Amino acid sequence: MNPTPVAAEESSTDSATNPPTAEKEGPGQTAVADRSAASRRMGLGVLVVCAGVLAALPLIDVSIPVVLPGPISSPGSMQILGIGLVFAGLAVSYDLLFGFTGLLSLGHALYFALGVYGTNLLMDVLELPYAVAALIAVVGVATIAAALGALALRARGVAFAMVTLAYAEVFSILVLADPLRISGGEEGLALASAQVPDFLNGVMNSHRRYWLALVFLVVTYAIARAATSSLAGRVWEAVRENEDRVELLGLKPFGFKLLAFTLGCTLAGAGGSVYLLLVRGANPGVAGANFTLALLVMVVLGGAGRLWGAALGGLVYGLLDLRLGALGNSGVLDGLPDWVERVLSEPLFVLGTLFVLLMVFAPGGIAGLADRLIPDRTRGRERP
Amino acid sequence: MSTLVLLVATGLGLAGLYFLLAAGLSLIFGLMDVLNLAHGAFFALGGYMAWTTMELLGFIQSVALRFVVALLVAAAAGYLIGVVIERLLIARNYGDHLVQILITLGLGFAGVALLGGLYSYDPRALDQPEWFTQTTTLLGARIPNSRILIFAIAAAILAGLLIFLNRTRHGLVIRAGVENREMVSALGIDVGKSFTLVFGIGGMLAAIGGVLGAVYFNGITPSLGTTQLIFAFIVVVIGGLGSVVGTAIAAVLVALTQQLLNFYAVTGAGDIAVVVLLALVLLARPQGLLGRQAR
Repeated sequence: MNPTPVAAEESSTDSATNPPTAEKEGPGQTAVADRSAASRRMGLGVLVVCAGVLAALPLIDVSIPVVLPGPISSPGSMQILGIGLVFAGLAVSYDLLFGFTGLLSLGHALYFALGVYGTNLLMDVLELPYAVAALIAVVGVATIAAALGALALRARGVAFAMVTLAYAEVFSILVLADPLRISGGEEGLALASAQVPDFLNGVMNSHRRYWLALVFLVVTYAIARAATSSLAGRVWEAVRENEDRVELLGLKPFGFKLLAFTLGCTLAGAGGSVYLLLVRGANPGVAGANFTLALLVMVVLGGAGRLWGAALGGLVYGLLDLRLGALGNSGVLDGLPDWVERVLSEPLFVLGTLFVLLMVFAPGGIAGLADRLIPDRTRGRERP
Repeated sequence: MSTLVLLVATGLGLAGLYFLLAAGLSLIFGLMDVLNLAHGAFFALGGYMAWTTMELLGFIQSVALRFVVALLVAAAAGYLIGVVIERLLIARNYGDHLVQILITLGLGFAGVALLGGLYSYDPRALDQPEWFTQTTTLLGARIPNSRILIFAIAAAILAGLLIFLNRTRHGLVIRAGVENREMVSALGIDVGKSFTLVFGIGGMLAAIGGVLGAVYFNGITPSLGTTQLIFAFIVVVIGGLGSVVGTAIAAVLVALTQQLLNFYAVTGAGDIAVVVLLALVLLARPQGLLGRQAR
């Protein structure tokens, strides 16, 4: 059998869509570097505009039928959009591991769930205010991720995937079995709303929680962007492309992989503490293996190895997952046989099928499709 | 003592289920390097195929006969759907394992949701022959016959699989492919055919597992296979990727650990102990019990 790590196998998927592994200036390459710097500035401009538009959404009173339950500024729509933004941030955090470093972790949900449950328990049991609880939870997640990651990264490829899956599974079992009577078992936990500041509480403040989700996404994106364009980020991509060669060049991949793992997991933990406010409680579903697989779908849907692709994938997935169920009640499917209607009302059926088709026909995800439709040399993303 | 015997017997039944799920996974991975994340959906599919067959054959008096027919229908359906999926979707992406894994991931999601839409998420119980619910007394313990049957079927399938792998030409190609796929293709043998065959066999074993799982758990739900799949993964890694005998040993080890600790310690302790076992095996012997040394 060929023991090549998954990292190397991924290269073929992404080769068409990835930024170049090295943008170092060499003789005759300065023009490319200039163009690349210009495109980076332009990309940044587009991102700032996107963030501005998203920030302005709560001020708009327009209804989008089927996609949203009411006008954009209504509490229901704000909640759905906020969850979509958290998913976008989570997808970005997962892209650091999976898309950039080539670490197929099947336990990313664990760190998100630790953020959700940890924040709520700290508020509930120790009666800490929300901000303090969230901060401690995130630091805790970072510590746990570093410790678990150091052990899991002894294994490579599919074995690594299995170990991370196993960690997440233990936590999921613990949450459901609830031996200490603190996690609420299958019921989950209600938000300890007494510890949440008034301006984030209550139905009328749903737009502020949306903004909080947006802040999470923007901060996550900024950190991920800075990290992936740093020197360490270059090594991550090199590890994904060929880990053995990185080792041969005298770098120790372990430390870089652990850094990517810990950073991605910590950001996911922060997302958990925001998600807790949006859905007003902790649900054991966020700890399950299915949620990690959903994250994988988000990242690949958008385009692995591209931050904006992952963010878009997360947002699209969130909206589809929450709103496809409403499609069945919208009357669009009336007239179809009953069983067809029931199957099409299953969000995961539509998403799963869509995902398979995307994989078969456009393995680069949404970002890959965009690249194909808009061939743009100035981006400097072309490879022979 | 009789409790212990009962627990061991039940554990062996569970081990049979794990083996049926894990053997296909292990062979598929060993030969094709593809982690089949849709395997749990095949398990559920088997259960529902059997349930539907039992309903359609309601006019036949003998429940046992209906059950046998249902088991065969489910096995055939698992094989056919496995072959179709491999030919239609997986075969297009040879050489890109990640895309193959992701396709099975999407299929797993869609398959479970499809079954949920068709049959709802409430458990459906299979009609069982009366003999299943009766008990056999062994060493002072009254063991439900269904547990013995599940273990016996799994053991028979293990024997059949070993004969197939060791005594037939197809099996020879598969074993050679697990050992060194490039060399087999270089010798002019169409490995793609073995891929399809192995995917079909994997689907068949999982579907049989689903029928027996519906008996073991007194009903089938769309997500039952996905829940079991995680333990099947653990069994595969502990046993060693690509090794059928290793998978069988690991299945017994995992199921017994789980059963005994869940009973004698706290519920859930067994599940966690299994994961600890996985971690220990990976640290001490990363290739699994009977896996080949990574080259």
